[in-house]
Amino acid sequence: MALSGLVLVLFVMGHMLGNLQIFLGPEVINAYAYKLHELLPASALWAVRLVLLGTIAVHIWAAVTLTLDNRKARPQGYLEDKVVQASYSSRTMRMSGIILLAFIIFHIAHFTVRAVPGMQYESESKESRILEKTEVPLVKDGEAVLKNGQEEMTFNVNDMMVAGFKVWWVSAFYIIATGLLCMHLTHGFSSMFQSVGLRNGLWRRRLDRAALAYGWVVFIGFAIIPIAVMAGLLKQDPTGGLVSQVGETAAITESLEK
Amino acid sequence: MEKTMDLTLKVWRQKSANSTGTFETYGVKDVSEGSSFLEMLDTLSEDLVEKGKEPVAFDHDCREGICGSCSMTINGIPHGPEKATTACQLHMRHFHDGQTITIEPWRAKPFPVIKDLVVDRSPFDRIIQSGGFITSRAGSAVDANAIPISKATADYAMDAAACIGCGACVAACPNASAMLFTGAKVSHMNSLPQGKAEKDRRTLAMVATMDGEGFGGCTNVGECEAACPKSISLDMIAHLNRDYATAQIKNFFKPVA
Ligand code: HEM
Ligand code: SF4
Ligand code: FES
Repeated sequence: MALSGLVLVLFVMGHMLGNLQIFLGPEVINAYAYKLHELLPASALWAVRLVLLGTIAVHIWAAVTLTLDNRKARPQGYLEDKVVQASYSSRTMRMSGIILLAFIIFHIAHFTVRAVPGMQYESESKESRILEKTEVPLVKDGEAVLKNGQEEMTFNVNDMMVAGFKVWWVSAFYIIATGLLCMHLTHGFSSMFQSVGLRNGLWRRRLDRAALAYGWVVFIGFAIIPIAVMAGLLKQDPTGGLVSQVGETAAITESLEK
Repeated sequence: MEKTMDLTLKVWRQKSANSTGTFETYGVKDVSEGSSFLEMLDTLSEDLVEKGKEPVAFDHDCREGICGSCSMTINGIPHGPEKATTACQLHMRHFHDGQTITIEPWRAKPFPVIKDLVVDRSPFDRIIQSGGFITSRAGSAVDANAIPISKATADYAMDAAACIGCGACVAACPNASAMLFTGAKVSHMNSLPQGKAEKDRRTLAMVATMDGEGFGGCTNVGECEAACPKSISLDMIAHLNRDYATAQIKNFFKPVA
């Protein structure tokens, strides 16, 4: 539980920092996706994916066996059962975990497999320079990157995310799920230290506080993207951030700074 | 003059291990607020005997908070609402006139009810038997303080040794886990020089027995610590986890038993 949890805790932070690049402009987030998909060998991408999925599987397997053992250990409950000091998050790990699993499945179908019906994966713009509807040029310093004299194309992750979060219930689900992730981490982050024996009274107080902070940072870091989209601060950009759109990008940055 | 109170008690009654139990409701009158919880139950039992009924069976022995016998869950909290207090040391002044008090036995698969509030806690004895000992030279008594032990270590071992084996930690845990009890015993013996020889073997053996007895797994929620009449800290569980991980690693390369 603790070791698989640690991998997920670290992944979540990395993933959040990666996602936040959307605020730096479409060309930045698209270039980041390009780096992950094209520059990294496919085998490395798949290795990371398999390790992550394997970690989630281990985490779930540990949670299920633990839950079954614990149910068996208390066949008859109490008529009156008072909670003295256990936190709400610590007592709802199973519930938050199950909903998070549903979220992860939806999330992978949404952004990785890109197979959620009704979601917009293709750019609406039919501008001539867009060769494949979903692709935009890879942009660096406002210019399309050329490779062998051709514009290097990449997937418009920016538009996919913005389009997805324009659907209110998708945004709501992401915000609720990351809120539950915040709760899950508020207990889990500190608990994993206890499970491997690296905690004492002093460090328990410190780690509990760190867990609370970590949970909130992760919540805000993830939830701010759907919120920004709903608030109209992040916009689709069918050119992928080419110079022609710089005025627009500047306008977004300006409104963000306000 | 000392105040008295009238109470309604909802008590778990169960004839034997194999029969199904139910809650019975009784009234007790004129309970003095200076009496202990067990004395209040004694009054109830006298009433019942007078009426030709079976008295309520509950475990008790020292009645001074040191033997760990008086196992009962009072209003949803093992040993009742007072912090760091056994049921026998709980005074009736913490309750008020007209109150309804629910009294239940420990609820855990490894602690089956024998009768009414009495449960079988022999799984704890078997955990102790599997590792709660040290090897030492028998014969004439060893000189006191022959082995120097730092004050910090002695204090720590003393805090761990305060565990009276009452089982409230198991009763309070939503998973019926025995990690606080086992953690206290392991921390006590593993931290002292006399206990070092068997350290890894002890840790693995006591955890294996604990698991084998059917206790649940710890999810670090901390209810045990809140219920413990001896304020055994969660640090003892961390200590057990630490020693267990170390023992497992050592055992992987070279069997410790
Ligand atoms: C607002 C919140 C989130 C956003 C905007 C977001 C965005 C994304 C995107 C765009 C991808 C696909 C990347 C690509 O196509 O290369 C992705 C993949 C993924 N995300 Fe998230 N994510 C969010 C929250 C989460 C959370 C909370 C978790 C886990 C607890 C998570 C776990 C994953 C996983 C496991 C993948 C699959 C990685 C892969 O195999 O490609 N995400 N996310
Ligand atoms: S750890 Fe505390 S609650 Fe558990 S058996 Fe020992 S004294 Fe009782
Ligand atoms: S009767 Fe001995 S501790 Fe309560």
